[in-house]
Amino acid sequence: MRAVGEGAGGPKSLPLILARELAANLATPMFLIDAGGTLVYYNDAAEGLIGRSFGEQGEISAGQFGEMLQLTEPDGTPVRRRDTPAGVAFFQRCPSHRVLQATGYDGVRRTVEVTAYPLFGTTDEMHGVVTVFWETGG
Amino acid sequence: MDVGVWGCRGSLAAPGPETIRYGGNTSCLDVVLSSGHHLILDAGTGMRPLGVMLDNAGVDEVHVLLTHLHLDHLQGLGFFRPLFRPGVAVHVWGPASPVQSLSDRIAIYLSPPLFPVRLADIPSDVTFHDEPLEAVAIGSATVRAAKVTHQGPTVGYRIEEGGASLVYLPDHEPSLGVTLANHPADWTSGYELACDADVLLHDAQYGDDEYPRHVGWGHSCVEHVVDFAAKANVGNVVLFHHDPYHDDDDLEHLLVQARARWTSAPERVRLACEGMTITLDANGVAFGAQAARA
Ligand SMILES: [Zn+2]
Ligand SMILES: [Zn+2]
Repeated sequence: MRAVGEGAGGPKSLPLILARELAANLATPMFLIDAGGTLVYYNDAAEGLIGRSFGEQGEISAGQFGEMLQLTEPDGTPVRRRDTPAGVAFFQRCPSHRVLQATGYDGVRRTVEVTAYPLFGTTDEMHGVVTVFWETGG
Repeated sequence: MDVGVWGCRGSLAAPGPETIRYGGNTSCLDVVLSSGHHLILDAGTGMRPLGVMLDNAGVDEVHVLLTHLHLDHLQGLGFFRPLFRPGVAVHVWGPASPVQSLSDRIAIYLSPPLFPVRLADIPSDVTFHDEPLEAVAIGSATVRAAKVTHQGPTVGYRIEEGGASLVYLPDHEPSLGVTLANHPADWTSGYELACDADVLLHDAQYGDDEYPRHVGWGHSCVEHVVDFAAKANVGNVVLFHHDPYHDDDDLEHLLVQARARWTSAPERVRLACEGMTITLDANGVAFGAQAARA
């Protein structure tokens, strides 16, 4: 049997399960990356950025996900994946918040505030990363 | 392994003539392995008579596997006779916390004014362990825990021996925020632990009509436990953690509802009752009743 948190297609750990249920009930775009770096869920509100539901999309690597949603500085300078809030939360295991430009599937550039934080379990193991996009106009 | 049910009531002990058939003691099971080891699942009030039996039998090592520290799963520990016998090895396993050790949290109960004896003054050899999220060998079994949806840090346990598997999820609300029947299995609390188990003892606190008033309380209704068991492809389901407000007739009514929902094999759904025995071995699963107890 597969281990919890092993990656794409496997059973998910409880912190991820609870984060997904929170996301599913929010109107704010929210993305979940598991401990292996796979994008394992985004909610209906995030469909507006991605252009299709997660049910249609399925689990993908964070790298593939980066190509679907281009992130730049407010002046248009590209942001490396590891410097995005999700990248900082995943690689440095600390919270991160930045104002960025996000260009989704429709080519529309949106100004967003992005918050990401790692999910630590009760014994300090990291279960994944939650990323929230707050659309602020522009 | 041979399983004895010493308590299957949820939330609060509920003795009395109206609960005589299924019992009023709170959660406690004794799992006897072929190696002779005793694994005790939860320390509810059923642990008191179990302790008398184990003490009379001279058992000198027990493993107590706590799902969480709500009092209905802990209250019997202070009245467990082997705990007060020098030389007995008592291993207590339970969910980890980021702020306090398991022993410190249990000492909140085992200390004045809630209890006359301090944990530090208990004469047996007590050792505390965080829940085994990776499988560990205890005697002839392997034991594994997984965190599950309830209120506060809570785990379920899976015990495997000789190819047979028993899964214990007494306090569990996997349906919180979702419709279990069409929810992805990988995203279902407890699924991976319960998958393909021969016997699942699962929270069945509420009737389906009662659940809407108890969403988020950490428990399941009949629909949930049957849908969860079907999703996890378990062999037998034992409805557990009976609501203290349900009398024996109420419980039998819930069993009718559960069997009506599990249409493929209704005879594989049962109500837990005090004195129930479950034997799991190479011949399969057999349910029975204990002879007169201590
Ligand atoms: Zn309980
Ligand atoms: Zn509880």
